[in-house]
Amino acid sequence: MSFVPNAMPLSQLSIGSSCTIAEIGLNGLLRRRIQDLGIIPGTTVECLRRGPSGDPTAYVVRGTTIALRKEDAHLINVFPI
Amino acid sequence: MNVGHKKLLREHFGIKAKSDQYIIALAGNPNVGKSTVFNALTGLRQHTGNWPGKTVDNAQGSFSYQNIDFLMVDLPGTYSILTNTVEEEIARDFICFAIPDVTIVVLDATSLERNLNIALQVMEITPKVIVCVNLMDEAQKNRIVLDLPGLEKELGVPVIGTSARQGIGLDKLKEVLYLAVKEQMSFHPRQLQYSQEVEKAIEQLLPKIEQFGLSEYLNPRWLALRLLDSDQMLTRKVCAYLSANSEGDIYKEVSMAL
Repeated sequence: MSFVPNAMPLSQLSIGSSCTIAEIGLNGLLRRRIQDLGIIPGTTVECLRRGPSGDPTAYVVRGTTIALRKEDAHLINVFPI
Repeated sequence: MNVGHKKLLREHFGIKAKSDQYIIALAGNPNVGKSTVFNALTGLRQHTGNWPGKTVDNAQGSFSYQNIDFLMVDLPGTYSILTNTVEEEIARDFICFAIPDVTIVVLDATSLERNLNIALQVMEITPKVIVCVNLMDEAQKNRIVLDLPGLEKELGVPVIGTSARQGIGLDKLKEVLYLAVKEQMSFHPRQLQYSQEVEKAIEQLLPKIEQFGLSEYLNPRWLALRLLDSDQMLTRKVCAYLSANSEGDIYKEVSMAL
């Protein structure tokens, strides 16, 4: 994972707040899947709620709610808004 | 349709098409009303089961319009046809190898941005694509205004707005299908342009793909892109399907080269 100034992992976004995607540090199929869901650099993502044990977390992307595991969200860097 | 291809359809996809039936595939994201469109067009003339060897539902239905018979195949709902879930594999394999006469991509009018991804991906494989923007009634409720003629111009393929639940727009869809199989409609699907490096690599691969005569079976540009992805699952599939379908020994040479 490369370093982007002012960016933080998506997994650290608090509930109710939004961010824009800086960089996707995932590889292979998962990276492709994330992109297919419309998560690309510049996309606005809102953190909606967390699962009972703190994982997974639901995010709103382009009008659709999707759930991501913490370990995967950790590898996506975002700029908080 | 040659005999080999018919056998392939039957054995690999469980499709039993009559010789005068045109095969129409129905693709799109989950929850865009694909099955509603499917049901509205085919009514009770349906056959449901599983895809051969897969625990994924397969629905086929027939209908006719202006004395032309169509066999419609409802593909699993997917966000993409590149990654490797079983559903996506089925949808991709069908569009790629079953070579439907027309593929209808159903989009959700309320979230076109997310939905257009699969439309572009299908348009990279096959030129004969009809885009069906469904849930127009929902979009209207949400005060979303859609410029369908504009979208049609941008995509280069016919775009039809429907509200399948109310049965609105389906006649137009059937009419366009009819014109498409009668070759009375032109398709110029917009092709994505990649970075200079990628385009250059595609150019270098194309002559080799031509050399093996692969462009007869598959869109050569698309195959070049997948080779660049080093999508080995797909290259193995290409060989398998070629061996089932081709007359000669091309597949042996191709599998060596791939």
